[in-house]
Amino acid sequence: MNTSLVMFLLFIVITLGITYWASRRTGTTTEFYSAGRRITGFQNGWAVAGDYMSAASFLGIAGLIAFYGYDGFMYSVGWLVAYLTVLLLVAEPLRNTGRFTMADVLAFRLRRPIVRVIAAASTLTVSLFYMIAQMVGAGSLVSLLVPGIGFNTAIVGVGALMLVYVIFGGMLATTWVQIVKAVLLMTGTVLLSILVLARFHFSIFEFFDAVAGITGSFCLDGVARQGVCPDGTAPIVRDFTQPGLYYHGRWGALSLMSLGIALIFGTAGLPHILVRFYTVPSAIAARTSVVWAMILIGSFYILTTFLGFGAATLVGKANIGVQAAGRLIPNQNLAAPLLAREVGGEIFLSFVSAIAFATILAVVAGLTIAASSAFAHDIWFTVVKRQQEDERQQVLVARVTAAAIGLVSIGLAIALRSLNVAFLVGLAFAVAASANVPAILLTLYWRRFNTTGMVAGMLVGLLSAVVLILLSPAVMGVDAAGTAARHLIQRPPLFPLDNPAIVSVPLGFLAAIAGTLVGRDLDAEAAYSELNVRANTGLGAV
Amino acid sequence: MTSDTPDWAAIERTPEFRALVRAKRAFIVPATAFFIAYYFALPALVGYWPDLMSTPVAGRINLAYLFALSQFVMAWALMAAYVRRARRYDRMVETVLQRVKGRTS
Repeated sequence: MNTSLVMFLLFIVITLGITYWASRRTGTTTEFYSAGRRITGFQNGWAVAGDYMSAASFLGIAGLIAFYGYDGFMYSVGWLVAYLTVLLLVAEPLRNTGRFTMADVLAFRLRRPIVRVIAAASTLTVSLFYMIAQMVGAGSLVSLLVPGIGFNTAIVGVGALMLVYVIFGGMLATTWVQIVKAVLLMTGTVLLSILVLARFHFSIFEFFDAVAGITGSFCLDGVARQGVCPDGTAPIVRDFTQPGLYYHGRWGALSLMSLGIALIFGTAGLPHILVRFYTVPSAIAARTSVVWAMILIGSFYILTTFLGFGAATLVGKANIGVQAAGRLIPNQNLAAPLLAREVGGEIFLSFVSAIAFATILAVVAGLTIAASSAFAHDIWFTVVKRQQEDERQQVLVARVTAAAIGLVSIGLAIALRSLNVAFLVGLAFAVAASANVPAILLTLYWRRFNTTGMVAGMLVGLLSAVVLILLSPAVMGVDAAGTAARHLIQRPPLFPLDNPAIVSVPLGFLAAIAGTLVGRDLDAEAAYSELNVRANTGLGAV
Repeated sequence: MTSDTPDWAAIERTPEFRALVRAKRAFIVPATAFFIAYYFALPALVGYWPDLMSTPVAGRINLAYLFALSQFVMAWALMAAYVRRARRYDRMVETVLQRVKGRTS
């Protein structure tokens, strides 16, 4: 029997055991959405790390560094610095004023139903984009590593498992699946890094000498054919320690800045991360969670140096891919697994593949619970039923919603299997940064903020992020004749940057501010006193 | 308003609460401005001056990698500084809560 399959099954058995244990402790809404608020700060720190470090972190960054060198490391830096925004501005006030969802904080003093509906819609949008990306990643990974399991079977399997965790075990099972995954991911990454360094006699200088021996090349405009750029010049050559192999040319620097904005502000608007802070008993525990999460996430992202550069030096860019019909089709996502085989053999490859599988499952479970609580708590219970429903019914609605979301995302992932995964994650981060973050920051820190501003900011942020991505090189572009089509729209892009954040985030803020200044909402301003006192002191917090 | 609902606006006006908000703002505003500036220096420098940032510092380890690594140190240091100060905020919260309790009882 395939060893990858054995390790997958082992992980599945352990997590199903956790789910059975958790299911007996999950009955009320507080238990289903927030694990009864009995998770400690230390445990939640591991769970946040497990919720956050997705396939894009583990497989994606390693692949980007293995193919483009230094530029891939920019993701690692941004995704850690992002937690300063969470720590300094969001985590504690959120824990003090909300109960179950991101919308709770926005609806705290903006009490019109539209506020909850839009916040829930944004939560569902962000979570669904993110989820499809994870599931498409899971499908390609499992079908590559376990021969005999096809893409669709893998997606259905991941979807079914995540539904069992969420529906039966709620937030408690999800939390422990995330903790187990984070422990596995950290263990695997540390081991892999040690094995890579061992090949270089534990000398960081020898390692970087090898990295500097690898080069890539690019043209300032267009793609080189037969060693000549479209403008007739020779391609520019850089080694892998140098910046520029991915972000270069006229829009390179602005693309980097725009990516940076999406990364460091987007995290504070990701609903599946925010709801984790409701699982701890107090704001102080929420702070402790962020501290542990930052220690774990930071250590992991520093180690992506060894994963990515290790794959570049020991496996080689030319060998990262799948053999099909006698030639190698490049696949960045396989950089980390192939590196594991190179330094640790087949058993270690199986272990690392099982970690990647666990990584995806833990993240999709977190996304599902955030999305189902947004529908069940914000739309169904608060807006449709006007809070006239008992707890058991609300939990039932949340479970049914989770099942529906699971089925929709399985269907979409199968339908969109060829879509670029990074594009979907980029979209999720851009929408979170442009729509959610302005609304959250302004409601917490600006007394005058009102419903008009919130609605305007969220709609403009959401629309501008989506529209600009559709016009960007991620969707629009002309593929060379004879190569596989990589772009949905075969026309030159109308917006030059990969990531829209440098335009859409300021637009989201401007619309929120302009909308607010149109009128005054004295009730919302009066209610700011309550928000302000509760956010800062925890008085009256659940 | 029921009798057990605190008078939020009154609490907001107490000197204890105002001192708490002032103390937090005095750290959080400059800290946020600092980390945003420090962070965006990285994409700006490697984006606009890739050759300068490729300057080797130790062996083949260059300025670009060391500056990226320093972002991790910066994030952890700022985190530690915040956590140390936050203990003082927690004590200030206690005095605010005591004042509220003293009023209602």
